[in-house]
Amino acid sequence: MLVKKKKGIFQEFYLVEILKGLYITFKNLFFARKVTLQYPEERRNYSERFRGVHYIKATNGVENCTACMLCPTVCPAECIHIEAGERADKEKYPIRFEIDVLRCCFCGMCEEACPKDAIKLSSIYEMSTTYREVYDKSFLLEQRGNK
Amino acid sequence: MDTFDWIVTGAKAAFLVVILLHVVPIMAWVERRGSALIQNRLGPNRVGPLGIFQSLADAVKFIFKEDPVPGHVEPFYYVLAPLVSLVPAFMTFGVIPFASSIQLGDRMIHFQVADLNVGLLYVFSIASLGVYGIIMAGWASNNKYSMLGSLRSSSQMISYEISMGLSVIGIVMVFSSVKLGDIATQQGELLTHFGPLLLPEALQFPRWGVFVQPVGFLIFLVSVFAETNRLPFDLPEGESEIIAGYHLEYGSMKFAMFMMAEYLNMFTASGLLATLYLGGWQLFPGMGYVLHEVQAYFQMSALAGDWTRIVFEVVSFGIKVGFFMWFFVWVRWTLPRFRYDQLMDLGWKVMLPLSLANILITSVFIFFGWV
Repeated sequence: MLVKKKKGIFQEFYLVEILKGLYITFKNLFFARKVTLQYPEERRNYSERFRGVHYIKATNGVENCTACMLCPTVCPAECIHIEAGERADKEKYPIRFEIDVLRCCFCGMCEEACPKDAIKLSSIYEMSTTYREVYDKSFLLEQRGNK
Repeated sequence: MDTFDWIVTGAKAAFLVVILLHVVPIMAWVERRGSALIQNRLGPNRVGPLGIFQSLADAVKFIFKEDPVPGHVEPFYYVLAPLVSLVPAFMTFGVIPFASSIQLGDRMIHFQVADLNVGLLYVFSIASLGVYGIIMAGWASNNKYSMLGSLRSSSQMISYEISMGLSVIGIVMVFSSVKLGDIATQQGELLTHFGPLLLPEALQFPRWGVFVQPVGFLIFLVSVFAETNRLPFDLPEGESEIIAGYHLEYGSMKFAMFMMAEYLNMFTASGLLATLYLGGWQLFPGMGYVLHEVQAYFQMSALAGDWTRIVFEVVSFGIKVGFFMWFFVWVRWTLPRFRYDQLMDLGWKVMLPLSLANILITSVFIFFGWV
């Protein structure tokens, strides 16, 4: 049901209300805290759990990954492609490790699935490019965080 | 007219055109920064100090942008329309005085490009020409939204032009002149009456239009918002309803010309408001005292003193116009848009009777000699 609100004489007469509104905007103009973040100089603080660009953790210059294929299995976007190989000491390692970032949805399931603590999501979020990028192994091996 | 007159008139016109061309980028900047600050943002602040050169960057962008003519428009009128709305916007300010006059030898120089004896009527006739540009743009665009925008614009113009014209009749009656120079000069006198009451010497204040015609001032102010298509009456543009209205099909410099026309109309309206209701170039209370002090301190000759007075008057006029310009921006970011029927209700059922009543009451006051 439409209830007609009773208005006072001052509300009927627009101008007083308009003056009130002008007063409010005037207060905002000079005295309100501005919420703008001046981006390249100021940055937002994200939490430690933020999921950004991937990297493969390395110990003593050797990647932790053993090409167990758990991350491509769990990946809902099917964006991880691994080609496994064998080292001289019979240990498995990835010959190719590629992430198609255009498909990646940054869910972090790979990070959770990894038994070797190899694939990690860093806190870097600036990843815009002018071409369709696929992260290869050499790119992923740059250590981008300390997780 | 001899050579001297030609040179003086040319100089005044050139001065005015330069001012008008500078008002647009500055106002665009004020509008963007002002709106941002009102909405708790910062706005453009990168190009130059405080972002003041942002408009320059915008202008460069507007000029170098591709300027296509869509296939479905009527090309001749499509190209003509921005010009038709821009040229009247440049023409109107010519009759508004921005300072009083100065005696050079045996000649009087009025600081007003053309002191027409139809002053006020000229402003109204030229200002209403601007709507032809809008109608032309909407019609030539061959687009439903544009058409709706220009239809709204024309109906709005008709409903508000009447009350605007009627509200000014009060001023014309009080000062018994339509020459804007005369109106501004007469506002320097003192107001001796408050209705039927005779004011004592100490309480007499300048006879500015806003004190003589408070209701007329309000009606004129509201009508001017409708006339310049500014919020809360910007139905011809109405982003959320008809996208951008009449300039929907326009891009690059053609769009910029519509924008320039809007800001120039605002500037003319502010100049008119200042001239009719805030005493035009009349100095603010206190500025006359400062002027005398300055003249006495530097021991100026009569001519130099006169030029200082002119500078003071231009500054005073500038402050008044600047206030109204800012007021346009301020109101825009305070009030939401009116609904269309509310706009028409306000125009025909409130403003028109009010302005007629204003004329009646003013004539009663004049009959008894109270104004």
